[in-house]
Amino acid sequence: MATETPGADAASSGGMPQLDFSTWGNQIFWLVLTLIVIYFVLARIALPRIAAILAERQGTITSDLAAAEDLKAKAEEAEAAYEKALIDARAEAHRIVAEAKAEIQGDLDAAIAKADAEIAAKAAESEKAIAEIRAGALEAVKEVAGETAQEIVAAMGGQADASAIATAVDARVKG
Amino acid sequence: MAESAEEGGLVFHPMDQFIIQPLFGGDVTWYTPTNAALWMGFSIIAIIVLLVLGSRHRAIVPSRSQSIAELAYGFIYKMVEDICGKEGLRYFPYIMTLFMFIVCANFLGLIPTAFTPTSHFAVTVVLALAVFITVTVLGFVKNGAGFLSLFWVSSAPLALRPILAVIELISYFVRPVSHSIRLAGNVMAGHAVIKVFAGFAALTAVSPIAVLGITAMYGLEVLVSFIQAYVFTILTCVYLKDALHPHH
Repeated sequence: MATETPGADAASSGGMPQLDFSTWGNQIFWLVLTLIVIYFVLARIALPRIAAILAERQGTITSDLAAAEDLKAKAEEAEAAYEKALIDARAEAHRIVAEAKAEIQGDLDAAIAKADAEIAAKAAESEKAIAEIRAGALEAVKEVAGETAQEIVAAMGGQADASAIATAVDARVKG
Repeated sequence: MAESAEEGGLVFHPMDQFIIQPLFGGDVTWYTPTNAALWMGFSIIAIIVLLVLGSRHRAIVPSRSQSIAELAYGFIYKMVEDICGKEGLRYFPYIMTLFMFIVCANFLGLIPTAFTPTSHFAVTVVLALAVFITVTVLGFVKNGAGFLSLFWVSSAPLALRPILAVIELISYFVRPVSHSIRLAGNVMAGHAVIKVFAGFAALTAVSPIAVLGITAMYGLEVLVSFIQAYVFTILTCVYLKDALHPHH
């Protein structure tokens, strides 16, 4: 055992090695040396480095957040542009539809007018034809009635005046 | 005396672990490399491994060892900032030095057969006196005679103030004593109790209880190692705050 050392003597005699003041100088010397070394290691190397790491991380996070914000704004912008394009396209479509409708309506109106005119012309022609036929028929009726009346009068032994018969037939046909 | 105890089967040398021994024999003079010097050196190595090697990659996403370095940094940085304010951050490296030395020495001292420098009053008294003297000098340099207003409790009734001043003055000078004895006392007591349990472990009948006791004490000592380093550091911050802002 290390009973030769003064510290061991103090301990084996029941005292606390902590109160063996002969070792204080030694401990204080090594402690001060240790503290100085630790201080310089920390102040010169470790702490600035860790501070730089933390600052860099903070900077990265901040710039990443800013970039994300930027991208979000861009996305919103793009969405707005898309919406606007959609509305424009819809309006354009409406306009084209209305235009086409108006054009078709014009064509239709023209065609209808033309058809109406044709129909009217045809109707007038037909009417004229009917009037002719009707006039023709009236003449025929008068002629047949006149002849028939003359025959009847002759058959009854009378002598009929042609003009009197024509007048009578005219009066009958009108009435 | 020791021989008779050994014959009885029970050997208690709970304080032997604290003996300062020269590494290469000879007498302990002021520069002799001793076990205390060796374990202080291990503290330096531990701090370098933890804070310098741990942070060598400077990664944005930290590795485990870098996380520990950053946690230790952030822990003390925030403590100094919260207690002393922005102007206290100038003294952050000093406080970090104290904390890292104490916490590393305490934890390394928990290794079986290790020596714990912080269990010695020589070490803690120097640490506490360094804080005390620094804070006192700093208080007078920063505030001049205004530093004395620390002892003059202006919020108390006028009649009580002189009495309070005496009490404050006494408590001020007791600070380094309690500051140093708290740390060394806690560490020393824990280690000694573990050694006592270890002595009982030689008796077959009680050895299971003794081993359980060692385990429990060891767990407690792990806590104490950190808490005492934390307490020492936070008290340093409080004293520093008094020096920077002496007005109550």
